[in-house]
Amino acid sequence: MSESIIIAETNKGTIAQVTAELVSAAIALGTSPTVVVPCVDPAVASDAGYDGVSRTIAVKGSCFENYDAASWAAAIDAAAPAGIIITAATPQSKDLAARIAARRGISVVQDVVSIDGMNLTSPIYSGKAMQTVSLSGDASISVRANIFPAAASTSANVSVVDQSGDVLTAVQEIIARASARLDVSEANIIISGGRGMGSPDNFSHLEKLADVLGAAVGASRAAVDTWEDIPHSMQVGQTGKTVNPNLYIAVGISGAIQHLAGMRSSKYIVAVNKDADAPIFAHADYGIVATWEETLPVLESALSSMMS
Amino acid sequence: MSKIVVLVKRVPDTNARIVVNGDRVDLSAVKWVISPYDEFAIEIALKHKEATGGSVTALTLGGPEADKVLKDAKAIGVDEIVRVWNDSWSEMDSNAIQSALAQAITDLGAEVVYCGKTAADTGAGSTGPGVAERLGWPSVSNITEASFEGGITVIAPVENGAARISVSGSAVISCDKGDLKVRKPNVKGIMMAKRAQVSVVSAEAPSSTVSILSQTPPPAKPAGKKYEGGASAEEVARLLRDEANVI
Repeated sequence: MSESIIIAETNKGTIAQVTAELVSAAIALGTSPTVVVPCVDPAVASDAGYDGVSRTIAVKGSCFENYDAASWAAAIDAAAPAGIIITAATPQSKDLAARIAARRGISVVQDVVSIDGMNLTSPIYSGKAMQTVSLSGDASISVRANIFPAAASTSANVSVVDQSGDVLTAVQEIIARASARLDVSEANIIISGGRGMGSPDNFSHLEKLADVLGAAVGASRAAVDTWEDIPHSMQVGQTGKTVNPNLYIAVGISGAIQHLAGMRSSKYIVAVNKDADAPIFAHADYGIVATWEETLPVLESALSSMMS
Repeated sequence: MSKIVVLVKRVPDTNARIVVNGDRVDLSAVKWVISPYDEFAIEIALKHKEATGGSVTALTLGGPEADKVLKDAKAIGVDEIVRVWNDSWSEMDSNAIQSALAQAITDLGAEVVYCGKTAADTGAGSTGPGVAERLGWPSVSNITEASFEGGITVIAPVENGAARISVSGSAVISCDKGDLKVRKPNVKGIMMAKRAQVSVVSAEAPSSTVSILSQTPPPAKPAGKKYEGGASAEEVARLLRDEANVI
């Protein structure tokens, strides 16, 4: 069985859940995975043991303090054995996957959503089509979250390798986010508003619902373009962020092709729109034909009582 | 004085309907444009030149059909337009594309490279970091702002927020939208672009190990449940918990 190397996804110094999903992806590829954990403190790697994984390598280096593509790629390349590299399809890990691939002179396939032997399928044109490619050699691949089942955790067989790289970028200052709310690219549940919200002030109703669910608040391009108070960082769509959360709630969003491209791969989609013919309903698992004014209070109270 | 290169790519307009014919997408009827994020890269490259002096060269990889996006970049304000191509190339994988681009960038004597954070066709975002690795340069991706006093300083997303990051020496920087307003071509620029010559250069590229088997329409979603009236939100909430298991 050929080897694969899973680069563990870490978040706030812990191993992110998607790492367990990458193990299932590696097994679907017919490979035997080793998990590599880039870290400053190798203690974190003890949580990176999974059924089907024989070893976990903690790559310990000062370069892993902040993300720096060049030094991370150099250190991981030096510490990891040869084989197919597997990362999560987060912006940072896609960047790293590409950098390591280039370092090894191999190719990279991003945003994989399906694996059949050495055939990999990814969305292209922001999900307006799918493309299946075949690998005839080692490659780096990034895998989308919420697609493969999570492998069961087990105790990790960790070896620690001291390996750093030259850091040529320097973080001068961390700029605190204006709101404490999750970014749409990090959230498992997203509530987005469109121009149907009527005014940017009405996004406060989406925020209240988001607080109940621990969700992020997003927006359509129409909303971002219309209202200065809605920043581009909230935009979901082809020229904004592409997301695939477990649950996406679209409120007052008609479902322009631009927007669908950024969210259609969400696991479950709820649409609230007063226009029964809005294109968003064709993509919704649950559609509610009603105004947001009459719907959101009901949704909020029903979900609050469930969450409490 | 900086020798600045900006990478641009010809892609279908993001509003285009993508049609699949047989096992390939059929792009014969789409309008082609500069990939949207590349427009931000052009803007930041031009701002860099205005701050430090030097020149901006737009570089693309492709056949003669790609000349149009280079001329569009020229109309916006870049100084030189260059296309790297070799008639033996077809369906190149990322390794082949990045190798060819890195070679062309080296041949141009570039000191800094800007590109869009992803191209609108693949959405991969591999080219910036991949080219940087081949050049042996640092890279910063998805930046939303840049300034150019005493080196390049950018704003880029980091875990839980954003950071001000300085880069020493040459670098490849991929650009997100940010709050930047991009300049549009003016009449003089369009006239100059018409007369501008595209320099065509060649490069070597390794053979591809990733080949396209098929392109298909996205999987159709089974019809969902549709309700009338806001009161139905209660039932939808229950289904989110009991049927979808996402709450």
